[in-house]
Amino acid sequence: MSARAPTLQRRTLIAELLARRGTALVVAGLGSPSWDVFAAGDHADYLYTWGGMGLAVPVALGLALAQPSRRVLAITGDGEMLMGTGSLAVVSDQAPENLAILVLDNEAFAETGRQRGLTAGRVDIAAAARGFGLRETMTVRDRDAMGELGRLLFEAPGPVLAVAKIALSTDPWALPEKDGVLIAQRLRSALGLKG
Amino acid sequence: MPSASAHWSQDIFREAKARNITTLCTVPDGGLTALIDLVAADRDMRLVTLTTEPEGIGIAAGCWLGGVRALIAMQSSGVGNSINALGLPAALRAPCLMLITMRGQWGEFNPWQVPMGQATRPALEAVGVKCFPVERAAEVGETFAAAADIAFHSRLSAAVLVSQRVIGAKGFGR
Repeated sequence: MSARAPTLQRRTLIAELLARRGTALVVAGLGSPSWDVFAAGDHADYLYTWGGMGLAVPVALGLALAQPSRRVLAITGDGEMLMGTGSLAVVSDQAPENLAILVLDNEAFAETGRQRGLTAGRVDIAAAARGFGLRETMTVRDRDAMGELGRLLFEAPGPVLAVAKIALSTDPWALPEKDGVLIAQRLRSALGLKG
Repeated sequence: MPSASAHWSQDIFREAKARNITTLCTVPDGGLTALIDLVAADRDMRLVTLTTEPEGIGIAAGCWLGGVRALIAMQSSGVGNSINALGLPAALRAPCLMLITMRGQWGEFNPWQVPMGQATRPALEAVGVKCFPVERAAEVGETFAAAADIAFHSRLSAAVLVSQRVIGAKGFGR
């Protein structure tokens, strides 16, 4: 249970993190994580998703296994992470050193009407990730931890997971490309792949 | 080209290797045991064991985005778990190659397997997956090759449905 209402703003958090991503590839989960990433500035290294709830981590895992020389960051929400919690077992078993996961946790299904989320109570995704065997986890509640969060997500040997407790905010719409063929081709071209 | 292999799994393994499919994502099934063993023993292939089948759909799409070809293998019951996930490769036009070992079909002992087994092909086709059913062991290899080629060359979702007639119905000690 949260001791106090979170104050971290998702848009600021993501913009500050992506400014220091280096060459990391980003897989953004459906809904708000994709809007947050796009709002911070579009890039060919980003894969936005508009569906397939639960698959942000599996897609990022596949990309990390295929591109071992590139850091891969999955950015997802508490709802999507819990729908695909089992994927943390697969991540742990495959143990890619280049994979990091950031869970934006506002303790609500914000995208669908702010219904109470499961992390509003006793559910602790970072603790679950430790149980699954991820190498390092952390929970961030304020801006003082931004430096440590960046180190974990972009430098620490993976697989790692961070939970950022964020405010339940209302942000301007920021909708990226939704044609999946264009999104996929752009990323593959950036990786030097054909066809 | 009918095969002379001792087991149809060897044909799939050979055709997968020939197409540079280097990753097998799977929730194990009895009918997949021989293939899983072949992949696990091969230094150039990666075995990704899943908790639930839709993870494999996402992982295979991520692999393709990064330039690696993957195969997802599951029992037919896993198809029901995977339906919404199949929208992701469809939207990305990412190749999605599935190997489905059937239950609830030919000589099934367990009535709990029958509803999903009977719904497997209609459910896959309803979300746009091209289905390649195979009823004879000697035809598994060529059927898999055909499905793999349409999946990777045309960037579509394709599933090979291996009948219980090929696998043998689970005996349950009878």
